[in-house]
Amino acid sequence: MESATKVELYRKMLLIRRFEEAAGQAYTQEKIWGFCHLYTGEEAVAVGAISCLRPDDYVIASYREHGHILARGVDPTAVMAELFGKSTGVAKGKGGSMHLFDAKARFLGGTGIVGGQIPIGTGVGFAIKYSGGDQVCLCFFGEGAVPQGVFHESLNCASLWSLPVVYICENNHYAMGTGVDKTSATFRLDQKALAHNIEGYQVDGMDVVAVHTAVARAVERARKDKRPSLLEILTYRFRGHSMADAQAYRTKQEVEEYKLRDPVLSYKDRLMKEGALTEQAAQKMDEEVRAVVKRAVTEADAAPYPTEASLYEDVHG
Amino acid sequence: MALLQYREALRQALEEEMARDPRVFLMGEEVGAYNGAYKVSQGLLDKFGPERVIDTPICEAAFIGVGVGAAMVGLRPIIEVMTWNFSIVGADQIINHAAKIRYMSGGQFSCPMVLRGPTGAANELACQHSQSLEPMYANFPGLKVVYPGTPKDAKGLLKTAIRTATDPVCFMENETLYGVKGEVPDGEFLIPIGEADVKREGGDVTLVCWGKMVNLCLEAAEALAREEIEAEVLDLRTIRPLDEKALFDSVRKTNRCVVVEECFPFGGIGSEIAFRLQRNLFDYLDAPVHRVTHEDVPLPYSKSIEQAALPSVAKVVIAAKQVCYR
Repeated sequence: MESATKVELYRKMLLIRRFEEAAGQAYTQEKIWGFCHLYTGEEAVAVGAISCLRPDDYVIASYREHGHILARGVDPTAVMAELFGKSTGVAKGKGGSMHLFDAKARFLGGTGIVGGQIPIGTGVGFAIKYSGGDQVCLCFFGEGAVPQGVFHESLNCASLWSLPVVYICENNHYAMGTGVDKTSATFRLDQKALAHNIEGYQVDGMDVVAVHTAVARAVERARKDKRPSLLEILTYRFRGHSMADAQAYRTKQEVEEYKLRDPVLSYKDRLMKEGALTEQAAQKMDEEVRAVVKRAVTEADAAPYPTEASLYEDVHG
Repeated sequence: MALLQYREALRQALEEEMARDPRVFLMGEEVGAYNGAYKVSQGLLDKFGPERVIDTPICEAAFIGVGVGAAMVGLRPIIEVMTWNFSIVGADQIINHAAKIRYMSGGQFSCPMVLRGPTGAANELACQHSQSLEPMYANFPGLKVVYPGTPKDAKGLLKTAIRTATDPVCFMENETLYGVKGEVPDGEFLIPIGEADVKREGGDVTLVCWGKMVNLCLEAAEALAREEIEAEVLDLRTIRPLDEKALFDSVRKTNRCVVVEECFPFGGIGSEIAFRLQRNLFDYLDAPVHRVTHEDVPLPYSKSIEQAALPSVAKVVIAAKQVCYR
């Protein structure tokens, strides 16, 4: 990977980190309501994976998707405005935190039903193959979606029909408050790929380069051979499941131990050791990113709420 | 005009629209090599090949979701459910995803997909294979619900659904209708979604119906005519969007209404129609709106009690006479 690309991965992770800090703060100020699932701690997954894509590829994700849409390059102001419920948001204030979409970026949501996006991502893969294209679809979901029937049904269909879909299981170890040891009968989730005759492997999700390398391989296979893959990417969320989570199911010590492997900080150290980034450049980048996020918050705050006239818009075409 | 079976009319619609638009494909259980569980798709695999007529594993949630994803990125899927009862296995994809994609994406994505298959009771299929799910799906904004009762309407409406759908269409058929013959115009024709059709004119009472209940109501109207009650048979054809104008026009004329549906009574389509009539045409009504529905029980298997649970000509005649105070 070129030095500039490596630094760009860092900038994107930093943007997500700062964006989520601002979103968390806005939530406590009651500018964001409802369910809001922060991505803090998992930045390396979305950034490492989505950096493998071409602009004409597709991404679909779960309700914890702020990081994915930002990694896809969508304007942070429009994303923040959606969280604020404003008419200038990516979904005109109709979707909110859990339903972020951007047609130009080929970002297909944003679903609040655990696993619901897995067959839809499979359908995107079907459409690519049907139309004779060489795009791929990255389909993200948490380890909490793996016990769902649609996970297995979709992997079976994608394998049977040879579809260009990369299934990315972000194993952050907790489905809301239930540990993965209580939700999966197998220890390694990547092994579920075996049952469907597709390739599966486990990746360290705290290492953005490892994620990028693994996903690039799966994307290549999807693009060239039209074969799906299942990647289990081991990660950790530093915040609660949502903003309303007291986190009684895990110890502070466990969280602190994972924070020692913070994907953003550890990658910064690595880039500095490699000479790709200086402390000064990192400082400057942080200031720039903070300014982008500050502008997103200010503009989202100042934007108008949807009018009542919009209530019945976009129900039918 | 050609005399065609309901299934042949549907097949013509599928064939013509697939020939017309390469984005249209048919997917479902047994639609290809088996030629369709009810032979609606007979011959389509041979004509269009396995790329466009796709047999699926038995996994409704996955293949309905595949339709949603394909529709979101520009294809026009026709997803066959072997019966609408099985759609419940994939209802999350229909209700939580297909119906809401346009709204929750702020209009950026849509889901122009046709879901089709038989609904309602056939004969002695017991309770899990016999439900009429129109009220369930019609409850959700974002979905359209169509249920033709004749071969002509079946062809014209299915062609319209496939060709012009901007949103998911729940297209309902019935096993006992598949073999029923009727006249179908030759050549190209479309019937708009959302337009009811007066199948028989009459001035004394309006029988509101759709799908399988249309022929039953026509039979009941003949019986009523022998007792000098002229019933108007209003075939909704589309449940949602409801053709309120046609409904109100008919009831303004007859001042009496019986809704005949094969659905369960609680929260049925008839409940909605009765509400709209009393709210909008209160002064026109000469009797409370009445309903004939599926009895409020799961459908039993045994013939001796199965028929007792379903609407019948006799039940419709009695209800119509009641609202006519006869």
